[in-house]
Amino acid sequence: MSDLTRMSAVALAAALRGGNVSSVEVTRAHLDRIQAIDPAVHAFLHVDVDGALEQAAAADERRAAGEEGALLGVPIAVKDILVTRGMPTTCGSKILHGWVPPYDATIVTSLRAAGMPLLGKTNMDEFAMGSSTEHSAYGPTRNPWDLDRIPGGSGGGSSAAVTAFEAPLAIGTDTGGSIRQPGAVTGTVGVKPTYGGVSRYGLVALASSLDQAGPVARTVLDAALLHDVIAGHDLMDSTSIDVQWPSMAAAAQVGDIDGLRVGVVKELGGEGYQRGVRDRFGEAVRLLVDAGADVVEVSCPHFEYALAAYYLILPSEASSNLAKFDAMRYGLRVLPDDVAAPSAEQVMAATREAGFGDEVKRRIILGTFALSSGYYDAYYGQAQKVRTLISRDFATAFEQVDVLISPTAPTTAFKIGEKLDDPLAMYLNDIATIPANLAGVPGLSLPSGLADEDGLPTGVQILAPALEDARLYRVGAALEAMLHERWGGPLLDSAPELEAAA
Amino acid sequence: MTAVSTRSTNSAELMPFDEALSQFDPVLGLEVHVELNTASKMFCGCSTVFGREPNTQTCPVCLGLPGALPVLNAAAVESAIRIGLALNCDIAAECRFARKNYFYPDMPKNFQTSQYDEPIAVNGGVDIDVDGQPFRIGIERAHMEEDTGKSLHVGGATGRIHGADHSLVDYNRAGIPLIEIVTKPIEGTGRLAPAVARAYVGWLRELLLGLGVSDVRMEQGSLRCDVNLSLRPDPGAPYGTRSETKNVNSLRSVERAVRYEVSRQAARLASGRRVVQETRHWHEDTGVTTSGRSKEQAEDYRYFPEPDLVPIAPSVTEVERLRASLPEPPAVRRARLQADWGFSDLEMRDVVGAGALLLVEQTVAAGASPAAAKKWWLSELARRANDAGVALDELAITPEQVAAVQSLVDAGRVNDKLARQVLDGVLAGEGSPEQVVIARGLEVVSDEGQLSAAVERAIEGNPDVAEKIRAGKVAAAGALIGAVMKEMHGQADAARVRELILEKLN
Ligand SMILES: [Zn+2]
Repeated sequence: MSDLTRMSAVALAAALRGGNVSSVEVTRAHLDRIQAIDPAVHAFLHVDVDGALEQAAAADERRAAGEEGALLGVPIAVKDILVTRGMPTTCGSKILHGWVPPYDATIVTSLRAAGMPLLGKTNMDEFAMGSSTEHSAYGPTRNPWDLDRIPGGSGGGSSAAVTAFEAPLAIGTDTGGSIRQPGAVTGTVGVKPTYGGVSRYGLVALASSLDQAGPVARTVLDAALLHDVIAGHDLMDSTSIDVQWPSMAAAAQVGDIDGLRVGVVKELGGEGYQRGVRDRFGEAVRLLVDAGADVVEVSCPHFEYALAAYYLILPSEASSNLAKFDAMRYGLRVLPDDVAAPSAEQVMAATREAGFGDEVKRRIILGTFALSSGYYDAYYGQAQKVRTLISRDFATAFEQVDVLISPTAPTTAFKIGEKLDDPLAMYLNDIATIPANLAGVPGLSLPSGLADEDGLPTGVQILAPALEDARLYRVGAALEAMLHERWGGPLLDSAPELEAAA
Repeated sequence: MTAVSTRSTNSAELMPFDEALSQFDPVLGLEVHVELNTASKMFCGCSTVFGREPNTQTCPVCLGLPGALPVLNAAAVESAIRIGLALNCDIAAECRFARKNYFYPDMPKNFQTSQYDEPIAVNGGVDIDVDGQPFRIGIERAHMEEDTGKSLHVGGATGRIHGADHSLVDYNRAGIPLIEIVTKPIEGTGRLAPAVARAYVGWLRELLLGLGVSDVRMEQGSLRCDVNLSLRPDPGAPYGTRSETKNVNSLRSVERAVRYEVSRQAARLASGRRVVQETRHWHEDTGVTTSGRSKEQAEDYRYFPEPDLVPIAPSVTEVERLRASLPEPPAVRRARLQADWGFSDLEMRDVVGAGALLLVEQTVAAGASPAAAKKWWLSELARRANDAGVALDELAITPEQVAAVQSLVDAGRVNDKLARQVLDGVLAGEGSPEQVVIARGLEVVSDEGQLSAAVERAIEGNPDVAEKIRAGKVAAAGALIGAVMKEMHGQADAARVRELILEKLN
């Protein structure tokens, strides 16, 4: 079967269930694809050929023994911010170079339990700080739509891997948009679940109160199946929510949105949003209206302060979370030059100087400053108040509508290097995705088409109240079906073919 | 000792205590860290057992590995609430943990998960007894936090980081639950300041023991005391600059450290120098404090609410349930025991002062009379504990064993002198009192034939003494008793020997 890598996870699962193909064959096909094109894309930091094939063989045995599992035997790629026992975990940073964790993240445990072979670890902006994956210490990932462009970030490796058919599914993490924005600029689907919906145990923390792992996929239904595997209460994560989650896959198969109340967020659109992004968004809205949805404009007045609040809260938490990287117990250790018998403090300083990239240092300094006594109230304290106001905006909006929609990202994929020297321009990529993280509500991004001016993918974002993740899948799947009908198939069918490495 | 401490023992830098108190008014503050005796650590499932091989009681959470998250130990929260209630504090309806950020190799995350502006217990107060005088100690707060690991500095002369070749870190202690109990400034002690400090810590130790929340073993570090002290010219004046003497780890040292700091600060102030705001190290061996890190430029810990934990909100029902489970308050308990035992105030104070209240209570419960229980613990055993430099309850003997020794005495099987040898045997790990008596052959000889023969030999060997007794000098019998005891290696019933001597010579 030459087209195993082009199949959706749902189709692969069906083929595996029907005995038409083995997990070893599916996994090998993806490993071959990675070997052929990843030198050009650079979606992976680590590929575990032997481990993946071993797990695939084990999945085939489990199926032979009569086990049924929605994604049993379907391989997956995992963002390199989730710890994996026996597999290197770097978070895209030199400071963790060579570290092999002694334990699995809860998500990884869930994937293993579901019988999903782990293909490898995907590239990312260092410690998830960035919107382009250019801040990886191991070099940028390239957008399969145009190799000179960024695949979004921080989870550009995961989005590029599914876009380039290197993996049918991937795990991403979203602190301010790192699943959804890469999804938008690569023409794929990305979901940030409700905060607390998926365990953070083993997810190396960027900003603990904002981080949330979620599915990266090519279709809404594929994402839903993966969501069902990774969601659930975890005793190891105190912020994990103890509820019985409904099936996301079932919600994605409803397909009916008649009478659904949809709010277009007034503050997330218009000025600052690229023409093609706005056009495709407008068309998506009209499709929803055509399908019987009741669409209104909704105002969330405090969203305009979201970016500022986010860039105080995130660096503050990150400055503390990243303090543990001190060369004492694991990872990189650098001895200072010209010091005969360096103290622990000098080794810490030298290691952090050499091991962290500029963007990480920038945010550690910002956060350290924002938490300092005398500045705490004006910065961190004030940002927390804004956070409360944004949650109230959402609460008010969700009294009027069932879901909110907006463009996912203000622009299509930009050129590698274009915004590297302009942090503020880079930060603006997340302007539409950040409010959901601040309020803890779930969000889903799906492709809305290609911008006329550059022919690159654009995304539409759907937001729902906390705990109502299923609503995202219901609306997302309905909109996706209408868009596929319009395009005559998935958007990725129009992506350029990648040339295999010689 | 090191150059550091000889410098500080220079008597020119100390003002005699009484003179210091005639010129200055001391203000005390005590911060006590108590390690809880929960089975597992504060935020993970690792064991808290003391003294295991380094780094064998660790996991991703307490090693602070990337990705690991804390989960709060509910038993620790319960202990914290019980301590708060026993200190008459208000229990917060809702409170949070915070991160205290600073870099140190024995702190795995480079932040300590602690409580900052939202402690679980606030605003309490307790009445203690200081040499028979009641004294009120205000309690500012009691909060939860995790312990750090332990650094071992290798290669230096002092065991401190300065001068060491390298350091080893043991993370077994990292994450053990701690409660920090902070007093309000303690004013009005005058010259009783050292005694108040000691009495409060001793009282607290007893309270915690009664609550069963901690082993409170000061020498193992499960109760650690920081002594804050400042002087001011007179009781109405604003507080002076304070020093914080860290890790003062015995009751006696608490008293000595206060005394030393009063003398040291008074000497500085009287000679026109100022007291530096700093942490100071206590040196148990020389009884002095030396300068540690200066706090003049206060360290900025960048506290912020711990985002990995959810707020703690104990329900009123829960708090009331815990309140109802509290043991009798120390003062009530003491009054009850004193009445039961028929001890005078002075006797009772001796028992409490020796830290023997619970031991005596348990010895009485095991069958000894209160007087006998008090006698063994406060004389014989206190001496041995003192020689060994340990607390009474750390001796390798249980109250039940002490009661068993007394019952051997009561049954006439050993005399007081032999009983002391029985204690030696028990303390040396030779088994129960009964086993020691048998193994060492300590039982008194009460066989009439043997005793009679020995008495006759003593009379024959000391005709002069025998003549005196015949002549009516009964007091001279002591010399013959001594001779008999010597022959029988002390294992004779002395009273019976005396009777036999008098019978034979009259
Ligand atoms: Zn542990």
